Amino acid sequence: MSHKVIIPIGPYHPLQEEPEFFRLYVEGEKVVDIDIVIGYNHRGIEELAEDKHYDQVTFLVERICGICSSSHPFAFVLAVEDLLKTQVPERAHYIRMIVDELQRLHSHLLWLGLAGHFIGYNTVWMWAWRYREPVLDLFEQISGNRNNYAMMKVGGVRRDIKPEDLPTIKKQIDKLIPVLDMFKGAITDDPVIKARLKGVGVLTREQVLDFGALGPTARASGVDIDVRRDEPYAMYSSIKWSVITQKDGDVFAKTMVRILEMYESINIIRQCLVKMKKGPIDANVTDLIPGEGIGRVEAPRGECFHYIKSDGTNRPVRHKIRAPSFMNVATNKVSCVGGTISDAAITLGAVDPCYCCTERTAVIAKTTNTKIMNGWDLIKLCQEKTHKLLHKLEK
Amino acid sequence: MFFKQLFYYLIFPGFLFASVVGLLAGWVDRKVSARIQYRVGPPWYQNFVDIIKLFGKEIITPPGRAFTFLFAPLMGIVSSTIVASFLGLVLLNSQSIFFADLIIVIYLLTVPAISLIIGASASANPLASIGVSREIKMVLGYELPFILSLAIVIIKAGSLRLADIINYQLLNGSLALSWSGAIGLIVAFLCIQAKLGFVPFDAPEADQEIMCGTLIEYSGLPLAIFRLTRFILLYTLPLFLIIIFLSGDIKLTSLGIKFLLILVAIILVKNTNPRLRIDQAIRFFWKILTPLAVLGVILAFLGK
Repeated sequence: MSHKVIIPIGPYHPLQEEPEFFRLYVEGEKVVDIDIVIGYNHRGIEELAEDKHYDQVTFLVERICGICSSSHPFAFVLAVEDLLKTQVPERAHYIRMIVDELQRLHSHLLWLGLAGHFIGYNTVWMWAWRYREPVLDLFEQISGNRNNYAMMKVGGVRRDIKPEDLPTIKKQIDKLIPVLDMFKGAITDDPVIKARLKGVGVLTREQVLDFGALGPTARASGVDIDVRRDEPYAMYSSIKWSVITQKDGDVFAKTMVRILEMYESINIIRQCLVKMKKGPIDANVTDLIPGEGIGRVEAPRGECFHYIKSDGTNRPVRHKIRAPSFMNVATNKVSCVGGTISDAAITLGAVDPCYCCTERTAVIAKTTNTKIMNGWDLIKLCQEKTHKLLHKLEK
Repeated sequence: MFFKQLFYYLIFPGFLFASVVGLLAGWVDRKVSARIQYRVGPPWYQNFVDIIKLFGKEIITPPGRAFTFLFAPLMGIVSSTIVASFLGLVLLNSQSIFFADLIIVIYLLTVPAISLIIGASASANPLASIGVSREIKMVLGYELPFILSLAIVIIKAGSLRLADIINYQLLNGSLALSWSGAIGLIVAFLCIQAKLGFVPFDAPEADQEIMCGTLIEYSGLPLAIFRLTRFILLYTLPLFLIIIFLSGDIKLTSLGIKFLLILVAIILVKNTNPRLRIDQAIRFFWKILTPLAVLGVILAFLGK
């Protein structure tokens, strides 16, 4: 069969409930080409941020993404603190790290569940999400919310972790270790899972470097990058941990990277809990100066980047955000091609894409004669159809 | 006589009885799956409500192909109902309706898959066409080991009549207790998993990849009929397995226990495996199950 068929995945993804569009060109079952269309979810967050004062922006960027809802504000406050050269109290650093690593745990568990669902293994899906619940409960205990924790603040953190919460945190993350052992064992031992994941959606080291992929996607292909180690922020330099890398670059390697990273997160949280001394949690920033600052945070999906330009007023003049998925989603262009449709589903999911993080703006280059419709065109089309139906009814 | 036949076919042990037991078996499937996955699961009448709800929904048909599109689900449900009434009558009377009814049953059990292929082809949806090509490959994959596993029984019992097979086992004990019978049971069990379209062999309907593939264009009543066919098969296929391999004892209680055990085994396999790619599934059927079934046939010839 040399007949090319287009298989659409999107504009609403059947699994991820996020708007994106992958056009798979297939011959039989084999994917020969793929078009990646994003830009359905543009909310103008950067523009909005320029209308708000710095404290409000922290809340705004928290809402960029529901899953990495501490990474974005973390990167933002780091950017502002970089601009102001603020000395943040040590305790605040540790609290930020604990929240960020807990978030990595919950994000990776969420992905693990979704990955199970992608390959039709719903039991893994439900189990992973079940064990994610205690992590969300911890968040609720610490911040009052399961998501959108509102912990970050320019100059420190908004609320302290109470001393009576510490044993619970320790107990709950200790309980996660046997769970991770179970998942690790299940995935490395199960021949059927191996058959589905090994050698699927391979990204070579060169391809990763070409696309500038980040986070677990890059580390699974043997690219040893991690902002937490390469440019330590908060107190990461005072903590012993290691960056997980794998060589193969396939979906299996990406899964293993995420599972092993969860062990490291637990390790980091444990050390933070020990090292955290009593003290102030806020540097009480009052004045702003003109200038620029950048903040880089290793979000669960890779490096999250925020840039701030200030003119000394209480609002940023320019706020630029780059989420890791923006770099990672593009790698599907090479990793999906050559596989089957079944592989495409898990390969597209393996970069842990987060479209609401990614979408800043979309430029549409018109190369064919097909009409590209915007929102108003579609509304007009709907109205015309309604009129036609009404006419029919009247007759 | 005619009304009696009609009663057999429509009420008991045919359509109505098979549907009710099938829907309840479907509930067992959903409930056990839910408990395995730490969920609560639906109440017992959930499947009934689902099917009845679908009855009332709009039927959307592809223009110009409505007849084939609507005829296919009927074909599937009629054939699966005939099998259900055959098997029920054989168990009730211990005598076959006519010669070589096993062959008829094998044929009729393939028809639901064929009806899915015909109906989905009529919808002319690209995703459905992928589903169709997968379904055809899947049928080619599992029919060979399935028939070979039944050949074991035919050799052992020396007959093509279901009643003879049951009587043979009533005298000599269940076939599954012999070496060849046990192999046949395992092979047939896995083929049934594929016939039911359950994970790991649900590639034709992979909702995460091709959004229910073959069923994508179906709505309302035809969709309900396809679903009902699946539920009737969920009752018929385990029963068929019991008749063929495990009918050493056909008292009602032991039948019920065996049925539940097979059902739960199917559900466990479904919940502890990811979906196989279609090429992997066919490789599994042809390279692992077929040689295994051939081994069973050889053992059966040797009398083991």
